[in-house]
Amino acid sequence: MRIAHRIRLLAGVLTLGLAAGCGGATVDTGTGTGTASAAPSAGGTQASAGGTVKIAVNPWAGYEASAAVIAHLLEEKLGYTVEKKELAEQVSWEGFENGDVDVIVENWGHEDLKKTFIEDKKVAVEAGSTGNKGVIGWYIPKWMADEYPGITDYKNLNKYAHLFKTSESGDKGQLLFGDPSYVSHEKALIKNLKLDYKVVVGGSEAALIESATQAQQQKKPLLFYFWDPHWLFSKVELARVSLPPYTEGCDADAEKIACDYAELDLDKIVSKKFADTGGKAYELVKNFSWTNEHQNSVANDITNNGMSAEDAAKKWIDANPDVWAAWVPK
Amino acid sequence: MTTSQASPAPPAQAAPGAPPGSAGSAGSAGSASSAGLPRWALPLAGAAVAVAAYVAFRGTATLPHDDDAAPFQLVNDLRAWVDANRNRSPLFLFFVNYVRLFVGGLYDVFHLVLSLPGWAGLTGVAAGLGWLTGGRRIGLTAALGFGSFGVLGLWEASVATLALVLTAVLLSLLIGLPLGVWAGRSPRLRRLLAPVLDVMQIMPTFAYLAPMVLFFQIGPASAAVATMIYSIPPAIRITALAIEQVSASAVEASTSLGATRWQTLRKVQLPMARATIGLAVNQTIMMALSMVVIAALIAAPGLGSDIIRGLTRANVGLMLPAGVAIVVMAVVLDRITMSAATRAPYETAGRTRWIVAGALAVGGVALGRALPAEFPQEWVLRFAGPVNEAVAWAKFSWYGFTDAVRNLTTEALLNPLQSVLTGSPWWLVSAVVLAVAWRTGGPRPAAVAVGCLLATAPLGLWQHTMETLTTVLVAVALTLIAGLLLGIAAARSPRFAAVQRPLLDAAQTMPAFVYLLPALALFGATRFTAIFASVIYAIPPVVRLVEDGIRNVSPAAVEAALSCGSTDRQLLWKVRLPLARRAILLAANQGIVMTLAMVVVGGLVGAGGLGYDVVSGFSQRSDFGMGFAAGVATVLLGIMLDRITQGADERNSTPGSNRMTTRKKRIA
Repeated sequence: MRIAHRIRLLAGVLTLGLAAGCGGATVDTGTGTGTASAAPSAGGTQASAGGTVKIAVNPWAGYEASAAVIAHLLEEKLGYTVEKKELAEQVSWEGFENGDVDVIVENWGHEDLKKTFIEDKKVAVEAGSTGNKGVIGWYIPKWMADEYPGITDYKNLNKYAHLFKTSESGDKGQLLFGDPSYVSHEKALIKNLKLDYKVVVGGSEAALIESATQAQQQKKPLLFYFWDPHWLFSKVELARVSLPPYTEGCDADAEKIACDYAELDLDKIVSKKFADTGGKAYELVKNFSWTNEHQNSVANDITNNGMSAEDAAKKWIDANPDVWAAWVPK
Repeated sequence: MTTSQASPAPPAQAAPGAPPGSAGSAGSAGSASSAGLPRWALPLAGAAVAVAAYVAFRGTATLPHDDDAAPFQLVNDLRAWVDANRNRSPLFLFFVNYVRLFVGGLYDVFHLVLSLPGWAGLTGVAAGLGWLTGGRRIGLTAALGFGSFGVLGLWEASVATLALVLTAVLLSLLIGLPLGVWAGRSPRLRRLLAPVLDVMQIMPTFAYLAPMVLFFQIGPASAAVATMIYSIPPAIRITALAIEQVSASAVEASTSLGATRWQTLRKVQLPMARATIGLAVNQTIMMALSMVVIAALIAAPGLGSDIIRGLTRANVGLMLPAGVAIVVMAVVLDRITMSAATRAPYETAGRTRWIVAGALAVGGVALGRALPAEFPQEWVLRFAGPVNEAVAWAKFSWYGFTDAVRNLTTEALLNPLQSVLTGSPWWLVSAVVLAVAWRTGGPRPAAVAVGCLLATAPLGLWQHTMETLTTVLVAVALTLIAGLLLGIAAARSPRFAAVQRPLLDAAQTMPAFVYLLPALALFGATRFTAIFASVIYAIPPVVRLVEDGIRNVSPAAVEAALSCGSTDRQLLWKVRLPLARRAILLAANQGIVMTLAMVVVGGLVGAGGLGYDVVSGFSQRSDFGMGFAAGVATVLLGIMLDRITQGADERNSTPGSNRMTTRKKRIA
């Protein structure tokens, strides 16, 4: 059945390619390969409904948790096929244009990308909040906050810079950063607040988690970039360093940022095409909304309890039918 | 191959930029070598002058990094234009977008054809193909190999990867083989292509992922094109070499018998070059496979995605099966193509062989029809759990040791060297490079080397180039030390060599990312992690070259030394090592190129420098320009290091063929 489906797709690609012949090919020509997320075939039962939904999976556990739950519901309750693609945040947006990505399930702000892809190019649309409140910040292990008075105020960071020195940061303090693709104001903040620190890139969420755990267990000093919602807060006691408070528009010029990160209402972004033709799959994505606790419990199962994303999602779905029942379109 | 006359244009103009004083002193150093001074006097004096200059001028004329350098902005503007005109400009409407559609369609066709027979069918077909080309052994290898994809729980991902590799290889060969044949007959084209191919191979693969996304968006099409860029050079180079090596007298005989050029090509040159062209196909496949992981960053389907997932979750157990599957696929494809290539030219497969092969394929397909299309879940072997436990154990119990090794290397080697390189005036670094390259290779390589180095300054990346140079130098030093030790040991003890060989093979074929992660687990996100991973990556060719070099020292020389009563130790230090000098220098050259490639990947795990710029340029739109410039700077750095070591290699040998054979063996 899947093969027959593929053959149809292929035929679709070829005809589209030929049809586009005279006017040249635009970027979305041939999206047949991509968004096959057409409405479930009429008359069929739910289980036999066709279509593929392509979900971008950005590199952090919370995102993976949301994606896994949505994917599981799409596959089990609505009969779609889900393709998950491991992609960095900004790269995922590029996929809207030619149909290689249908859904981003947890978007952190990215006003510039929204302007480019939603307003200018009109290839993507917002699909509502995930219900999660997200905030990025600088954190230290709690024992440091207890031991060094005033360390959680950015004004005192320079005084304590020597504590955070590592072999990588030289004579400055180290500020540990995560995946190179994450939203980041660190360089500008250090420059504009005249902090005696150097950003050292850990490369992944895992590197941050590991350093934070070590910092608690072995009482090692650590200043690092992190975000909430995250299950780590239930495992490791952390204290947030207060930067100059966020005010509307203080992050407008990336070069001049000297304020904390804004608290974001995390939202879902889908391709225009998926919004128009995604049918029930789009309805479900739009309806999806849960709390930080929900996300943390799934993410915790994935990272710490040795479950695959699929198993963790299934466990949560089995335990919380009243939450997700409202998302599934009738 | 990279010969010294193939100097890229810009460096030659940039060279006069060096201050007259330093260039002059280096110049006199070169010309004075014929004077009657002891051999070590000149380098020593040179080193003394450099140290004195460093002490006197430290901290002056440095070129600190600026995130908004003009070249970055320029590239960013270019990017904005492409972004805005993708659906308007005729270049895109009538060319680029069609290329994307065509390549994407080709991938779909391959994927469809490979998925049709089901897992049993495809395994049967592979076994049949193996049997046909290489008999029972290869047939069995192929069957076991393809079977293992299912057992690893990665059947569908493996098929997607295979389809992507075949797409890229087919296109690479369609373009590469004719170009290679042409280049084999026209030295001028060969000279023209050499620098282009060099750039394609040294350019960090990350650096052209971002432009790929810009032109072809994400997905299998742009992944296949990115893979092609990487896999075409061996197709062209080795084919050209194959045609070139066809004995001149055979060509002469053919033309004197009145054959046209076309007839000579078809009836004489191509058949005689067949085995080597087979090697070209083989190497193209290997290169394409090595791109599979990186291509996953732009949504290439298949095994690479699992490895990326493992890397971002720091989960070795998640990425190891995918890494093993890639190695297995490489081994199977390698054996099949090599046995096809090395069969005697006019021998055709016997009838029985055809029958067995056909039976295997048909049987497999029939079985595939009968069995469910999905690989049975109960046959899947899952070992993520134990692997992760082993890693956690190693991390915990070796912590003190790994921590000490890392800190020692960082504090004793990396940090001092980096502060010297970044703290020196730019003209001093250039003068030293000029002097060293002049001494090892002569004026021409020296001019190219220093030109490449200076060109990184107007790119706005001088400081990061110096940081990367530090990491590369330390990594190469460690690689050479380890490689020499292992190579000497292997040359002296055949048993050790036999144990070591399969390990080296695996280290070379395993996608680099796979050992980036254990390194990360052991050493944290530091420059040392990148160095450690690049040492593992670069050691195999170094060990092989050293081993070969020492083995091939003429027995007569060894005999003579022994009969003069030299001890084992003397034999090694006074005879074997000096006589293997050329092989060792070649090993250094290879080691540098491979280390450089890996250090960029190390940008993902805290290596900093150019590597991080490239990685960041790929993942943050605002850094696109910087990432691209950093890719160019990496190429410049690579050419510079290549020229310095290559000169040393060629001074003592006939240039050309030897370098070629070693580099083509490399499975990056």
